[in-house]
Amino acid sequence: MSDVKNILLVGVGGQGTILASKILTSGLMKAGYDVKMSEIHGMSQRGGDVSTQVRFGEKVYSPIVGKGSADVIVAFEEMEALRWLDHLKIGGKMVINDYRIQPVPVNLGKAEYPAGIIEELKNTCDVVSFKAADVAKELGNPKVMNIVLLGALVKAMDLDGIDWDAEIEANVKPQFVEINKKAFHEGFNM
Amino acid sequence: MKVIMSGNEAIARGAYEGGVRFASAYPGTPSTEILENMPQYGETTYSEWAPNEKVATEAAIGASIAGVRAMCAMKHVGMNVAADPIYSFAYTGVNGGFVMVVADDPGQHSSQNEQDNRNQAKAAKLLMIEPSDSQEAKDYMKKAFALSEKFDMPVLFHVTTRVCHSKGIVELGEREEAEVPDYKPNIPKYVTTPANAKKLRATLEDRLAAVKAFANDCEFNRVEMGDTKIGVITSGVSYQYARETFGDDASYLKLGLTNPMPDDLIKDFCSKVDKVYVVEEMDPYIEEHVKVLGIDCIGKDVVPKYDELNTDLVKKAFLGVEPETSSADLQAVVRPPALCAGCPHRGLYYVLSKKAKKLGLMITGDIGCYTLGAAPPHNAIHTTICMGASISMGHGASIALKDAGKKNKVVSVIGDSTFFHTGVNSLMDVVYNGGHNLTIILDNRITGMTGHQQNPGTGSTLMGKEAPEVNIPELCKAIGVKGENIKTVNPNMLGEVEAAMDELLAKDEPCVLITRWPCILKKFSQQDIDEFKTLGKKKCVIDQDKCINCKICAKTTGCPALISTKDQVVIDVTSCTGCTVCMQVCPHNAIEEVTR
Repeated sequence: MSDVKNILLVGVGGQGTILASKILTSGLMKAGYDVKMSEIHGMSQRGGDVSTQVRFGEKVYSPIVGKGSADVIVAFEEMEALRWLDHLKIGGKMVINDYRIQPVPVNLGKAEYPAGIIEELKNTCDVVSFKAADVAKELGNPKVMNIVLLGALVKAMDLDGIDWDAEIEANVKPQFVEINKKAFHEGFNM
Repeated sequence: MKVIMSGNEAIARGAYEGGVRFASAYPGTPSTEILENMPQYGETTYSEWAPNEKVATEAAIGASIAGVRAMCAMKHVGMNVAADPIYSFAYTGVNGGFVMVVADDPGQHSSQNEQDNRNQAKAAKLLMIEPSDSQEAKDYMKKAFALSEKFDMPVLFHVTTRVCHSKGIVELGEREEAEVPDYKPNIPKYVTTPANAKKLRATLEDRLAAVKAFANDCEFNRVEMGDTKIGVITSGVSYQYARETFGDDASYLKLGLTNPMPDDLIKDFCSKVDKVYVVEEMDPYIEEHVKVLGIDCIGKDVVPKYDELNTDLVKKAFLGVEPETSSADLQAVVRPPALCAGCPHRGLYYVLSKKAKKLGLMITGDIGCYTLGAAPPHNAIHTTICMGASISMGHGASIALKDAGKKNKVVSVIGDSTFFHTGVNSLMDVVYNGGHNLTIILDNRITGMTGHQQNPGTGSTLMGKEAPEVNIPELCKAIGVKGENIKTVNPNMLGEVEAAMDELLAKDEPCVLITRWPCILKKFSQQDIDEFKTLGKKKCVIDQDKCINCKICAKTTGCPALISTKDQVVIDVTSCTGCTVCMQVCPHNAIEEVTR
């Protein structure tokens, strides 16, 4: 299965990993790959940690990305990068959104949000980190943060041979196409 | 045409292609999206949400006996609710093809237990089909209706979370329309009086034998020969993990029709390989059957007996290898699910938690988003067993405690959809038998946890039609709860909740408190906007000059919009919805309401 590539999109329920992974898998299918994608719905969505797993190659069997096998992990939230580190392939890349969402135990004073995550991860693996939330806000809509991160992922995976603009057009409402295209290119050029 | 589909989307598509005309379900993770995807085929297929899985199954059974292809869908525990009709429908057999989709949840991603419903197929004597990915889900579902008609048996279509919620490429097909015969009564076949049912029981054995013969040579059960040192028997998504683990270094018997089991095929396959491995999630369902056939195999002695399987676990079990991973010194903090910012349950739980501490309440809970009331900081649910159990368990507990001379009052907490599911029967028990637990119905105007499905209280249907709304206070009255013992409050108004709760807790007879405010994530209807006037119009801010950083707001409400750091608490403007619960609990009047 060495030709199969593995991507993890991890974050917190409600951050919008679904649209990003929908565009990603659709683009990969049109490029001729076999694609599988897995996500978990239900209780974990209520502010819990969520993951979307994408695998592509000539023939994909399991929909799940195993430990030590992700070529790229895109973390929509900083601590989620840390949580999923054990799924990164040795030599794999982390794309980290420099953005924090405090979990309930921290707000209740029962735990502390770990400090210096990005610095620590930089000592462990290849990290690209930037403030995708700020990029999205500057573009005029905080919600396009997910597409900024998708752009950064496509760059990290060298998947620029696919017509991503067309996939954005096919998957978002007409009034949001332009801003999402801009978001994608901002992320790609980070 | 090729499209990317989740297993659930593919099941809906397969049902459409297979000529289904009637579909009914109660939502439940991981099965919910099956019926959510049916209205797009509304021109040919009627689809609906039923109040519970038993009702959904019976509705589909009725449609089948009437002569059309019919289906129902549910999560694994829903099959327990639907067990009564399906065990007898196995006897009568079908008229139009009938498929019951049951989605198990190995690993309990969103469930209270991990039961392996393949055992129920065997116990109920149903024809069982198991797909392993989206393409098979579509193809097998399409064929399941004709199979059901051919063998005169209901089909159990068994899937798991990873089949339901994984997406893959699916080649679409055309719909095959099935003819609907004119209705003719067939009393000996469909009236299960003992005299008829005993005869049907005997014919069921013949029908099972016919399927068994078919199973040995059918497209659902296939052999993939590779190296013959190892032979792997597997089904469902476990096939994918096995394939990835052993590659071409093994041969595979991939089973898709698993009740009744294809004995001859299994024996033949095992005779061609040196060693037999069984790779399956949860119970040793296949393994035990292989052993009964007198064949030695390795299965649950190395494969985990519970939790979700994956390729890593299969590799560890059979090859003894584990992946090389990176690690860091820092530890991620757990991120448990929590009630959303603006959730209408928060106000209720704030008050209930306070009362529970003061009065020593026992609080029986139920299943829905509001089960999160059991988590800190509220800790205001003490039991969760199954759908609808809060009221009946509360009834038993309150009678038992009182008879034993204990002073604890009992409160039962249940959501609107769960109340319609099975809670209403329990409330009848309380009233009929003179119980005295306080029932709280958290009416958030929708089925919340599974992602906003319509229910008998919402005024609309799955297919988008307007519908009559169940009036909960009137329903309680009709059951026999006295009018003065039924109160409806806005859960965001803590004083209002507390006054009503105090009044009802002081009574020693059946009482119902209804909290009425929409789920904050719901798409609001015009009716919601008219009724709940402040919805989405306000937000709260903290006046940092007045705030003394006591953190009472964050610690007592657990609202995720209150971001608490060492030096201060701030309200996240994008997530605050202006419910004002934090404003009401602040002892220093440091939180104010502003217009959005």
